[in-house]
Amino acid sequence: MTASRTETTMLPQPQVDLLPKEGVVAVEHGVDGHTVLTVEREHLLDVLKSLKETPGLDCNLLADICGVDYPERDARFDVVYHLGSLEHGHRFRVKVPVTEDDATVPSAYGLWKAADWFEREAYDMFGIRFDGHPNLKRILTHEAFHGHALRKDYDPSQRWLLTEENLMTPKWSTGEQKNDDHLDTQVLNLGPSHPATHGTLRTVARLDGEYITEAECEIGYLHRCFEKMSETHGWEQVIPYTDRLNYCSSMINGVGYALTVENLLGVEVPPRAQVVRVILSEFSRIMDHAVCLGANLVDLGALTNFWYFFQIREEIYGLLESCAGGRLTVSYARIGGLAHDVPLDFEEHVRSLLARIPKFIDDVDKLVTTNKIFRDRTEDVGTISGEEALAWGWTGPCLRASGIPYDVRKAYPYSGYEQYDFDVPVASTGDTYARYLVRMEEMRQSLRIIEQAIDNLPPGPVITDDHHVALPPKEKVYTEMESLIWHFKLIFDGIKVPAGEAYGFTEGANGELGYYIVSDGTGHPYRIKVRPPCFAIYQAFPHMLEGSLVPDAIAILGSLNIIAGELDR
Amino acid sequence: MNQYIPILIFTLIAISFPIITLLLAKLVRSGSPNAVKAEPYECGVKMPTTAYDTRFSIRYYLIAVLFVVFDVETIFLFPWAVMFDKLALFGFIEMVVFLAILLVGYIYAWRRGALEWA
Amino acid sequence: MWADAIVTLIKLAVVIGVLLTTVPIMVWVERRGSALIQDRLGPNRVGPWGLLQPVVDAVKLITKENLIPDGVDHFLYILAPFIALAVALSTFIVVPFGQGDGLTLFGSKIHGFIVAPDLNIGILYIFALAAFGVYSIVIAGWSSNNKYSLLGGIRSSSQMISYELAMTISVVGVLMASSSFRLDQVVMAQTGTWLGFIPKWNVFPQIIGAITFMVAAFAETNRLPFDLPEAEAELVAGYHTEYSSMKFASFFMAEYINLVTSSALIVLLFFGGWTLPGLTIPHGWAGAILSLVIFAAKVAFFLWFFVWIRWTLPRFRFDQLMALGWKVMIPLAVVNFLWVGVAMALGIL
Repeated sequence: MTASRTETTMLPQPQVDLLPKEGVVAVEHGVDGHTVLTVEREHLLDVLKSLKETPGLDCNLLADICGVDYPERDARFDVVYHLGSLEHGHRFRVKVPVTEDDATVPSAYGLWKAADWFEREAYDMFGIRFDGHPNLKRILTHEAFHGHALRKDYDPSQRWLLTEENLMTPKWSTGEQKNDDHLDTQVLNLGPSHPATHGTLRTVARLDGEYITEAECEIGYLHRCFEKMSETHGWEQVIPYTDRLNYCSSMINGVGYALTVENLLGVEVPPRAQVVRVILSEFSRIMDHAVCLGANLVDLGALTNFWYFFQIREEIYGLLESCAGGRLTVSYARIGGLAHDVPLDFEEHVRSLLARIPKFIDDVDKLVTTNKIFRDRTEDVGTISGEEALAWGWTGPCLRASGIPYDVRKAYPYSGYEQYDFDVPVASTGDTYARYLVRMEEMRQSLRIIEQAIDNLPPGPVITDDHHVALPPKEKVYTEMESLIWHFKLIFDGIKVPAGEAYGFTEGANGELGYYIVSDGTGHPYRIKVRPPCFAIYQAFPHMLEGSLVPDAIAILGSLNIIAGELDR
Repeated sequence: MNQYIPILIFTLIAISFPIITLLLAKLVRSGSPNAVKAEPYECGVKMPTTAYDTRFSIRYYLIAVLFVVFDVETIFLFPWAVMFDKLALFGFIEMVVFLAILLVGYIYAWRRGALEWA
Repeated sequence: MWADAIVTLIKLAVVIGVLLTTVPIMVWVERRGSALIQDRLGPNRVGPWGLLQPVVDAVKLITKENLIPDGVDHFLYILAPFIALAVALSTFIVVPFGQGDGLTLFGSKIHGFIVAPDLNIGILYIFALAAFGVYSIVIAGWSSNNKYSLLGGIRSSSQMISYELAMTISVVGVLMASSSFRLDQVVMAQTGTWLGFIPKWNVFPQIIGAITFMVAAFAETNRLPFDLPEAEAELVAGYHTEYSSMKFASFFMAEYINLVTSSALIVLLFFGGWTLPGLTIPHGWAGAILSLVIFAAKVAFFLWFFVWIRWTLPRFRFDQLMALGWKVMIPLAVVNFLWVGVAMALGIL
């Protein structure tokens, strides 16, 4: 039985004597392998600073910041930080309780730039203020919104209408231009409805000729209240919502969610289910990269490659459809395994895909990789250094294109990834071309993983036999009394996840996809916070734009693969 | 003069063709105009400023000036080229001298960065 | 006299008819061709192999609602597509499309398959009108009250004037070799062979000129990889973003007519027009029809070449395009005609 990350020992642990002492109220070990520090607000910045800068701790990745609302507590809100060290592998969860009247914490923006949008989101959703934040305003909801939507006492039936008058227009865009050297500049909206913003993304840019001198992004056009809705749904019912996060690779999202809940439940997933999850996740990754690269190339005027890649996507959809019934939104993962077993011709189908897909990748490779026009368009465009990228909280292919080989599948293997022989492609230049190369290679590596997985697809059940979590098979329900009772109980009560919290993270197509889940022991999640990899990546985008041309902005945006569904949730 | 008559006729046809098609389209098309539909917008949101109220970059102007300078020069090449076989070597040397002068201006423009976009 | 007029009118009708039917054919070729390249089916529902698709497109465009946004400059807004189409149509008048010497129709001499046979300014006329075409794009961009259109319009004007220089200079070598502005004489100068097997086409001695001319032709017709004025992903649709119905269709038709003219020019200037090596085209109607077929085939090849390139290459960035035009194309074009001059002076050519 391969170990998934349900065992806490799977995450490396920090040296205890190095941990900061002052202001730390409690140190615990989470079921998810995180070291959980509860910290007084006054000492928060010191604790974060020592976690980041103490040699041996070196938490260089700020994965996530979010709020949790406990209305019955005196200190009503927890502000939760998730930190990690790429060097040592250990992970921290730092919690700061604050009261409703004085819901203010110092901003971590000075330590990690990644805090920028995460803090804005916590402010938007909970009304927690971050002292010293450069631009603390609403992010997912709009300017005309009242109240803070993720507070437990927020009434979701209210409607706040956005009119043209209070549409976000950055102050700088209406005021004087900063730099007198420039000739007259003009302000241009790129999006929300622009051919190159695949999805509803909006960037307001000030142009000098075709050079962008200033830019700001507005997101939230596709905000669907995923986190709020999951608080009123059963644990299983959340899975279809996760499909809509990164809708280009919905399988990975479902698996990530299931893994986190399984971690809280302490449930083991049967080996067959693990292997199928890996196969379909890797196919989803190929699909996602294909869409990203295809769309990026369309923006550069190379439409043909888009169709080659979409052919890949189409054929993989065929496989997903035969397994799950759905194509875009598969809802195939279940807590404890999979919804049902794969079809009989699964292995054959996978092998035929393995034989066909490389052809399309090679075709694009030949058309584009050494093409002079393409290289001129992408080399030295949107360059970001590894340090800078990490400071912004980047993960996934975009970070690896800047030379940092962080891949959750290698660093924290789950679902048996440690058994597979694959490389983590890394590029050093950190430009748009590097991101293209990394994604191309990752598709090939994913094929390698699938090839090994399909060779070792074990027989057996695809869902756990723990009937607190999974329904017994139908034929048993019809024939055995005990199974009938299990069925009845589970349908009526739903899955009950023991009280606790866990941060589960997997390698999504864009990077570290994290789910921070708090359970209060009832049939509903108490709080689910998704850590979307796009969110961290996209917050650096306006800063990358300054000084580049409009066509560069399009090329950079395409290479970052911002998926609005995941960004806005 | 006679040879220009076909051009005149052709030009008249060429001019009348778009007029006819545009008028024809006007006759057959349907339409339900309303104020909201005709509102100008930019990528789905209201325009922060109108398109006319800013000047655009000086670089475009520079390109236009360069074009005027060099295009006038190339006009001289045309009659020379047609008469080339009659002018023979002398004509060729003359043109090389002319080009050399032109080259100075070209190199000057290049060195001064007039051909750079950045 | 009357016979002359009738002959001219017939030629006019043929040219206009051919040009206007080429547009739907090209639309079909473009759509089916791109589908072929991209591993798709393309339009295949209307008529056999989707052949009637362009007809349906035309009907759709003609019946579309005409939407004029607030704040446009009405006169200029309507003038722009008008100029585009009128100019595109007028260009073809000096283009010969077959060998028609010595033929008579109704007792009147045909003077070759060219509408204005005695016009001795030929190629100058084409360049003059091509330069005029820039106005339609600039005016469209300017009058639309849209920043994307405006950017497309000024981009386009810079692009087209830059590549016009390269285009005109690259033709100088051809003019030197043929000593005439008249395109039928340019073709005549290309008959025969060198060493018995290399056709005397300008493309062989003037390969640099041919390449610069072709690249400039791509840029002048705003086709990929030079389609920056309408670069979809960046500028939405560039100068014609705010155009709809028949006005949009006018731009569309003009683009394809320009494509035909450009292909015809490439064939006439560098690929020997209707000549084929080792083939002496006989006089009389049979020869005339043979020359028409050869010419049409060559033009068709270059039309396909335009389609082929469009669906293969990505797009330049604007500054790269300008640098290519000014720093590479113009010097290359000059080198081309200097080489022709030297070669002719030395008697090689």
